[in-house]
Amino acid sequence: MAEKRMKQDKNTLISSGQIELLEKLCNTSGVTGDEGAVRKIVKQEIESIVDEMRIDSIGNLLVQKKAKKKNALKVLVAAHMDEVGFMIVDDGDDGAYRFDVVGGIDARNIPGKAVWVGKDQVPAVIGTKPPHFSSDEESSQPFKVESLRIDAGLENSKKIKKGDRAVFATRFQRLGDSLLAKAFDDRIGVATLIELVKQAPDNIDLMAAFTVQEEIGLRGAKVAAYAMQPDIAIALDSTPANDMPMWDGSDNTTYNTRLGEGPAIYMADRMTLSDPRLVRHFVDTAEKNDIPYQIRQPGGGGTDAGLMHLQREGIPAMSISIPGRYAHTARMLVRMSDWEDTIRLLKQALSSISKAILKQER
Amino acid sequence: MENDIKKDLKELISLPGVSGFEKPAADAIEALWYPLVDEISLSKVGSLHALKKGTAKTEEKPRILLAAHMDAIGLMVTKVIDGFIRFTQVGGIREHILSGQPVIVHGREDLPGVVVKPVDSLLPSELAKKVTPTEYLWIDVGLEPADVEKLVKPGDVISFAQEPLELTGDTLSGHSQDNRASVAALTVCLRELQKMEHAWDVWAVATTMEEINFAGAKTSPMAIRPDIAVAVDVTFANSVGTTDHETVPLGKGVAIGWGPNLHPKLYDRFIEIAERFEIPYSKEVMPDHSYTDAIPLQVSAEGIPTMLLSVPLRYMHNTVEIVSIKDIQRTGHLLAQFIAALEFDYLDKIVWDE
Repeated sequence: MAEKRMKQDKNTLISSGQIELLEKLCNTSGVTGDEGAVRKIVKQEIESIVDEMRIDSIGNLLVQKKAKKKNALKVLVAAHMDEVGFMIVDDGDDGAYRFDVVGGIDARNIPGKAVWVGKDQVPAVIGTKPPHFSSDEESSQPFKVESLRIDAGLENSKKIKKGDRAVFATRFQRLGDSLLAKAFDDRIGVATLIELVKQAPDNIDLMAAFTVQEEIGLRGAKVAAYAMQPDIAIALDSTPANDMPMWDGSDNTTYNTRLGEGPAIYMADRMTLSDPRLVRHFVDTAEKNDIPYQIRQPGGGGTDAGLMHLQREGIPAMSISIPGRYAHTARMLVRMSDWEDTIRLLKQALSSISKAILKQER
Repeated sequence: MENDIKKDLKELISLPGVSGFEKPAADAIEALWYPLVDEISLSKVGSLHALKKGTAKTEEKPRILLAAHMDAIGLMVTKVIDGFIRFTQVGGIREHILSGQPVIVHGREDLPGVVVKPVDSLLPSELAKKVTPTEYLWIDVGLEPADVEKLVKPGDVISFAQEPLELTGDTLSGHSQDNRASVAALTVCLRELQKMEHAWDVWAVATTMEEINFAGAKTSPMAIRPDIAVAVDVTFANSVGTTDHETVPLGKGVAIGWGPNLHPKLYDRFIEIAERFEIPYSKEVMPDHSYTDAIPLQVSAEGIPTMLLSVPLRYMHNTVEIVSIKDIQRTGHLLAQFIAALEFDYLDKIVWDE
């Protein structure tokens, strides 16, 4: 079966090396505020090929790849390294630790999952009181986080301490032309940005910000955009594909994005109205080059663009995301073709962009 | 030996074996038991019958049946819509734990996938912020809709795929610990019996369909006609949100059952053996039914004196059930010592002598 599927992948431009890097990024723990392990991987991947690299005060990894010409357009592309997860909030009682949620995880997606605690990824589980001991009323209600524990086993683990972060213990897996893992939000953006840095178009000054703390309020992107002073900024993220059928067979009108329909270009989310010149440029580039794309349904959500476009005197910005199902749960699912089309569109659009875009009318 | 049983159990809980579709588990158990017994065969409803002959010199020997069910809770495909799979439950599972569960859909091919809960905006408004009932959940195997249509049909079995995790204090977490942990305990018992004399014939049975209707435990005693039966299952161990009086402690020994499903004389003997060999145990009180294979065993044919030993287990019917390896060893050890101590005429001692 594996062999047959490999053959189907012949059409893809994604190399096995890129998939392995994405796998490594997803399997690594990097809850908001504790992005070090992810940062280390990114750093190792690109440090030999960039012109400048530094880690700022909040933990962003900021790199520059200069254009081959003078006075080039300065383009900041940001992808966040952090993921949603948990923090241990007590000292543990016979192996059972109280925990709190970091970032937006629906409490209904937590029970019955394995987790990895701390940098050493100590295994533990989040069990539930057996139905046997619950009243009917309790049985119809979701478990509250404070009623759950991260259970390391019969006794406390020497390797777990209060303040440690935990993530869903999900190993990266290929399912046909799809990929299943935790933290595609936004490790797939991180992997894409690494690829962009490796194949940076030489007409622009490419600034890449591997940001921290996106999940609790875009805090890394805010200071990164301020410090780097780009001409334009692009947030490269993962956005939900809620493209399953409706429960009653009616039209699904709130799908946000659909898997397999290409990169999602943002017009508007809860925090940002994209700069129309940038949207136009990306849409035109996609059309001209026959690259599938979709306009993300305008509405909620937010990306690093939300604070990047408000820095200094304002920075024209937009977001582009790889659609992914089941964000902020133990297992997300993305389609290889969407990833590939996102890389293609980014490369094409940025290799044909110049300062002229800023002179266009909005 | 200690590590052996952990390794064996890890393998057992890595296998599917949903009620009614126990073959993958049965094959592995057969391989495990084959070198330990004299005869091994499958019953008409798929239970594994393994006989280790007694050492009594008579042709006919009294028989003890040890029953551990090998089936596990799971799911089953009901419909495929646009490449997404609707399913129902096999055995009782609380919906709270389903979202995000890794599964394998046993279609024309084995397809790994994940159970997913749609966001509230795709559900009836009255379900907002509530637990999403099974009929609204999906399984996504990541393939194109046309491929899913081809490979997956209603009735296909779905098994859980949470990988085993070694936790602190020599505990092991995973799916289907209910009741592969008890199969492991029977394995420990059979291994110990290799070096022991025992007058009685020992029938180790891995039963089917316990989670549904005890089909295995209802039928195996009719084929084997045992004089005594001992069901081995798992029971509720303490965890957050439970009280001491409704659970037994994890890692502190085998639970010896007490209640109307079980014969008090057998209870007395098991306690006596546990005390004699200093095997840690707790008394598990069951005011009505035991909800184990002991229910049908006790009333098979003209009735069988029946007992229940339980391996304490945390998070019953979850995919991250936790058991203690020591508890499994103690359960197997107690069974072996009980069997070795069975005198040829022990049956005569099981009397109501009030």
